[in-house]
Amino acid sequence: MDFDFYLSTMWSVLKALPLTLEIWFFGIAFGLIIATGLTWLRASGHKLGEYFTRAYVFVFRGSPLLVQLYLIYFGLSQFDFVRHSPILWPILRDPMYCTIVAMALNTAAYESEIFRGALRAVPVGQIEAAKAFGMPAFTRFRLVTLPIALRLALPAYSTEIILMTKATALASVVTIMEMMGTAQKIQHDTFRPIEVLTCAGVIYLLLNLSIARLFAWVEYRLSPHLRPPPEQSQQIKPVPEVL
Amino acid sequence: MSANVAAAAKAAPSPEDKSAISVRDMRKCFGDHEVLKGISLEAHKGDVISILGSSGSGKSTMLRCINLLETPDSGEVRVDGELIRMKQARDGRQMPADIRQVERIRANLAMVFQSFNLWSHMTVLENLVAAPTHVLKRPRAECLEQAEALLKRVGIWERRNYYPPHMSGGQQQRAAIARALAMNPKVMLFDEPTSALDPELVGEVLRVMRSLAEEGRTMLVVTHEMGFARDVSSKVMFLHKGEVDSVGEPKEMFAKPPTPQFKQFIANFNK
Ligand SMILES: Nc1ncnc2c1ncn2[C@@H]1O[C@H](COP(=O)(O)OP(=O)(O)O)[C@@H](O)[C@H]1O
Ligand SMILES: [Mg+2]
Repeated sequence: MDFDFYLSTMWSVLKALPLTLEIWFFGIAFGLIIATGLTWLRASGHKLGEYFTRAYVFVFRGSPLLVQLYLIYFGLSQFDFVRHSPILWPILRDPMYCTIVAMALNTAAYESEIFRGALRAVPVGQIEAAKAFGMPAFTRFRLVTLPIALRLALPAYSTEIILMTKATALASVVTIMEMMGTAQKIQHDTFRPIEVLTCAGVIYLLLNLSIARLFAWVEYRLSPHLRPPPEQSQQIKPVPEVL
Repeated sequence: MSANVAAAAKAAPSPEDKSAISVRDMRKCFGDHEVLKGISLEAHKGDVISILGSSGSGKSTMLRCINLLETPDSGEVRVDGELIRMKQARDGRQMPADIRQVERIRANLAMVFQSFNLWSHMTVLENLVAAPTHVLKRPRAECLEQAEALLKRVGIWERRNYYPPHMSGGQQQRAAIARALAMNPKVMLFDEPTSALDPELVGEVLRVMRSLAEEGRTMLVVTHEMGFARDVSSKVMFLHKGEVDSVGEPKEMFAKPPTPQFKQFIANFNK
């Protein structure tokens, strides 16, 4: 095995990690904002809002992210009004922005479904208790509905974030030199695909491992009520270390 | 003993005795199923009214229409003399005219549910201070102090930092009663508070409720505990198929059932 080659490839791909993280971060940040809006629209009870969000989810969940990215990057620039728009054009001519837009729009569809499910799963009794104690709607939402719904949404949300980490690799098809783009260039220059892709794969794995650990920690912190009570867990005696 | 005497004095009807809850001709349908067919109810301050009736007779619906967890189709509800104002919605149904008024009145009508409904993501102590701080806007320190005192009173102070799922049903229901007391409510509504409990845990909850009755609290209690209805309450109301079948003084009601339906009902319990 050529350790020097592995090391230098590792290093080159790692240097593209900040760019990957940038796409990832802005993609999920804007995605979260859009998803929140969609969830609110869906929950507001207006028929029009419901039709819009249903159509949105249908389109963005039903077609591949790669198709969406191509359509946004290559497709939209076909329109004159896009090219002459002082707001749209600076965004849509930039492959980096296009990737972020595509990721945000795509993940928002999934996330809004996750949030909708979580909101519906909050036990009615919990909300009724808040009503019966005179809490106004917003207080009720802030103190009861939201904290419970967030905990319910977290496992599915963390899965979606991990999917988004992997999706950042698609940026390479629109010329972005993030980790995957960098890896492909090295592969192209050296004709050593196995080593290069192994390096990239390992870095993605470690990245997702940390993200999963982070979410597991948040979940653990937020759910003391779902674990055995303190002294009960102390009663479970640690296995004696005989070996 | 002296506490009991003081409580009795407090509970004794005085000339300026006022109505705590007054319900007039309340009706409620679910679809075309008429669940409440014109219910009226008068609760004076210090009254403990046991509401009896077989399953499906509309007891929960009546209680939930009083604090507007369900919206009655017609009829009047007054709490402490104040009429809950209703208006006609566009679809012709009634709805509260002023949700602020409803919230203010709800804060005076603490409810204890059959399934406790403690907020599961909050510790017991947090459950007790949430509404007083956020609804009544009382200082947190003061609420905490009161909460601890209430938890001592219902005998679960040691569990104050526990989460509800970590407690027995009896402890959860006592915590729920303490949560209701923390609002200093004018009237307490109980919807079958012991029905979800294992038989051996019923006693501890009934003891707390009995002590509340003794200190002169106004309570509406939907219950299947005949002992509580007969010995603790000041009035018994029997609902049958969405109507008030009979109302009366508990000793008399149980000694001489005024209607065949009520006779049948208590006969089923004595079996
Ligand atoms: N939200 C609801 N929707 C439809 N029907 C309901 C609803 N709540 C109660 N009911 C019906 O109303 C009747 C009375 O219910 P309830 O007030 O819960 O009775 P109880 O508490 O005396 O057992 C029952 O037949 C029940 O099925
Ligand atoms: Mg009921």
